[in-house]
Amino acid sequence: MIEELLASPFYQRALAAAAFIGFTNGFFSGFVVLRRNALSVSALSHTMLPGIAVGILVTGVLSQWNAFFGAMFAALLVGLGSVAVARGKRVAEGTSLAVLYTAAFAAGVAILPKLDTRSELEHWLFGDILAVGNMDLWIAFSIGAVILLATNLLMRPLLLTLFEPNVAAAQGVPVRAMQYLVFGMLVLALVSSLQAVGCVLSVGLLVTPAATVSLLTDKTSALFWGGGLIGGGGSIAAVIISGPLGIPPGPAIVILLGLLFILAYLFSPKYGLLSPKFLRKAQP
Amino acid sequence: MIAGLSVSYRDILALSGVSMATSCGNRVALIGPNGAGKSTLLKAIAGLVPKSSGEIRWRGTAVRKWSREFAYLPQREEVDWSFPITVRGLVEMGRYPQTGWWRKFSGDDTRAVDAALDSLNLNELQHRQIRELSGGQQQRAFLARALAQEAHVFLLDEPFTGLDRNAAVLLADLLKKLAGEGRLIIASHHELVSAPDLFDEVLVLNTHQVAFGAVTETLTPQLIADTFAIPV
Repeated sequence: MIEELLASPFYQRALAAAAFIGFTNGFFSGFVVLRRNALSVSALSHTMLPGIAVGILVTGVLSQWNAFFGAMFAALLVGLGSVAVARGKRVAEGTSLAVLYTAAFAAGVAILPKLDTRSELEHWLFGDILAVGNMDLWIAFSIGAVILLATNLLMRPLLLTLFEPNVAAAQGVPVRAMQYLVFGMLVLALVSSLQAVGCVLSVGLLVTPAATVSLLTDKTSALFWGGGLIGGGGSIAAVIISGPLGIPPGPAIVILLGLLFILAYLFSPKYGLLSPKFLRKAQP
Repeated sequence: MIAGLSVSYRDILALSGVSMATSCGNRVALIGPNGAGKSTLLKAIAGLVPKSSGEIRWRGTAVRKWSREFAYLPQREEVDWSFPITVRGLVEMGRYPQTGWWRKFSGDDTRAVDAALDSLNLNELQHRQIRELSGGQQQRAFLARALAQEAHVFLLDEPFTGLDRNAAVLLADLLKKLAGEGRLIIASHHELVSAPDLFDEVLVLNTHQVAFGAVTETLTPQLIADTFAIPV
């Protein structure tokens, strides 16, 4: 049965998409974990939905690029809007972000079904990796290439900025530019994973891999490459087992990555809850 | 030296009329009440906040934005100590102005890192994660980073805050040693009593410059009372 599946172009595309998207997002999850703002990434991912809706509304067609610019625009609007609202000092930034992103998400849920597109709302919320076309694959591949190239070329200034922006600036790093770059790549990564896991679950793919690695090692570079391997490998494995188990592939990816995280949390040789080293330390 | 330096945030003047001339080998304390602009002055010298007027001259030329010879050491609580990096990794970051964004570490870079770790007694701790360090060790790790950068001017924001007695004594000795080797130490400091033991010169700030000079002559009871608004 597996052979039959592998021969199908849909299935081949799905596996390739899982590999590209999983690796890119897993790699970039290193930055998300180091930035320590996974929750605002979650807000950002929900915000993509109305962005896409408005993108389709304005241009009349649905393409990855419309989706990208719509998502980018909405993310900027909500991200900067929450900062602006919080500046009034009456409302904390987390509060204003929560208010704005849920409102934006609700607007997306309301608008999308009214638009004349073939895909269902569910597709946008939870993804449908079996439906990726050749063009989607190319876009996922290009986004992956751009992110991997940019992050590897600028790894030093990026890490300096994430560690301590003031010290980085005192060493001549263009901190502001680096922060915008991270934000831009974040939106790119989110958009690329839209097809696979949808906007609700995309955070899982963009946080869990490096979070898992951080339980296993202290090496900074391992967060990125290890995150990429876990993201890519986990996504492929999830797509393969999702069929026989009768689970949609998008949720399967995020469930599998979550399970790996829990396993690492429990059994990591160094920091695991049940590791011999940790247990010994806990004893008086 | 600093001439006529002012810093504003939007329309609010945070610091004005700061002028001082000092030279390498000195330890300069920035003293003043909360909100007096001590941190702002350090950041202005490091090039982190724009100057609205005035200039900083170093080795006879005006410093434009930043200089490799200036090292900024933030307050300890501003640093994310849970960042996954070893002490050695932190010190290696100090070499990035020399290596640039891509060049691999050369023998010179490695030697500079080794020497910096060595002179701050961090050899045995170099493979530890920075989150496992004590306050004094964290402070030393950042000093080693500045040494690896081959900085001549060390800008420290409240280096003695939160250190226990032993660590504070150790740090005081280190600063003395660094200054003795010809470096310029500029540090904000909130404790008046210990200033004469720890520093050579003092700049008293209260959003503007109140006084500057040798620490023993400058810190008179009258001046302290005026600046901190405490009755003598």
